[in-house]
Amino acid sequence: MKYLLALLLGAIVGALLFTIGLIYNPFIGVSSVSPLSFSNEEQIVLSYSGVADEGILFTNDGESRVQPHPEKVLQLWEPPIRKTSILATILRDARNQVAGLGIKMSSLSEDTNLLQGEALINSVWYVYLPNRGSVFVQQSENRWGFLRDVVLAAYRSSAKTWKGVWTGALTAGPGALGTGHVTGGTGEFANRELLGVESLSVKAWSAAAGELAAQGTLTFEFSESPQPAGSSPDSGRVESSD
Amino acid sequence: MIKTFLFGILLGLGLAFGALYALPVVDQVRESSIVSVAANGGNSESFHINIPMDRIMVGDSADSMALPPNLEWPDLEVLGDVQVELFKVRNARDAVIGVAARAATTHSETNINSIEWLLHFPARGSLFVDVNPTLLEGGYRLGELRTGSRELQSLVGNLTERWVADENASEVGEEKTRLGRIELSATYVAPLEEVFE
Repeated sequence: MKYLLALLLGAIVGALLFTIGLIYNPFIGVSSVSPLSFSNEEQIVLSYSGVADEGILFTNDGESRVQPHPEKVLQLWEPPIRKTSILATILRDARNQVAGLGIKMSSLSEDTNLLQGEALINSVWYVYLPNRGSVFVQQSENRWGFLRDVVLAAYRSSAKTWKGVWTGALTAGPGALGTGHVTGGTGEFANRELLGVESLSVKAWSAAAGELAAQGTLTFEFSESPQPAGSSPDSGRVESSD
Repeated sequence: MIKTFLFGILLGLGLAFGALYALPVVDQVRESSIVSVAANGGNSESFHINIPMDRIMVGDSADSMALPPNLEWPDLEVLGDVQVELFKVRNARDAVIGVAARAATTHSETNINSIEWLLHFPARGSLFVDVNPTLLEGGYRLGELRTGSRELQSLVGNLTERWVADENASEVGEEKTRLGRIELSATYVAPLEEVFE
């Protein structure tokens, strides 16, 4: 019996050692710098509040840490969408002026591989910029650095909160440089492909409520010249008469 | 006993590694895709949105039918007359399989109306569709698949949008409760690939 207990205790210690090694693996780095930071190309930088309560609407399964906002919003409780969240928010430009509207849909990714430091989320954005047009962003985010540096640190504190400054580039693909794929929709972005990166800056986080002070940033860069209008079927746009 | 304890440590390390390697951390629930072969080639798939039970948000500057009721749509002139709706999306078996956003906008400089759909299926991928606002015969609107992600990335095709009113829609006071569904029918075509060299 005592040998069995020793074996069991050893197994628990071994699992704990593995977990600690996984979390503090020095070979897994987290990029705090956006791959588009050192580019001479034209860029569009948009920011949004990373706090759900400060957006227009946020909804999820209703049982997660971050509560849906506003109250009485329909929640995503059905099994196929239970691991999904939707955020509708205002987007601001570099001068903190309202630039447009953004809708973000995020789902936990089945490609998540904790052994390689990949806590992945598949997310898509619909970004509408009045007087400019709209774009669609598809990306996979890696939240490993955020989980390790902010969430874990919060749980280790007695107050279950974290305060500081954490900045990280969330986008991990599908682009080879860790960029997202941005497709132009209407206006000046029509028939254009762009590169996109989403970053997050967090100043306070709570285990009870999630982000308390955070700001997200979307950076788009034009990757190539506009495609000829005839390269895609005419979508038959309607011009309203005066 | 020390040796047993040390062996247990190795066992624990191995079991933890094996569990993380073999067991999926995230397992999305996936409904079977209901895809049929289209008469003129390609595959077709139908979705629908039951109104009002699948509608998550309605937001516009007119604030005429804000949903949820306490939604604070930003009263900003810069947003113009954009109307954004969020929905849950169902497959042909009436099972919820994803979420969608529909944006109806007017480009102020060009006065071009546009309707765009973003459909997100967590287990499969997403579709971005540009819909022509012109109503065709039968109440259809025709849209073009601009791009997709993951499993839907390589597909091209089109998507039709149609509002089907519920014939049993009831009248409440002076307002008629709009019941019905939005039908979305997608036709996919994969790009040609070389099979034999």
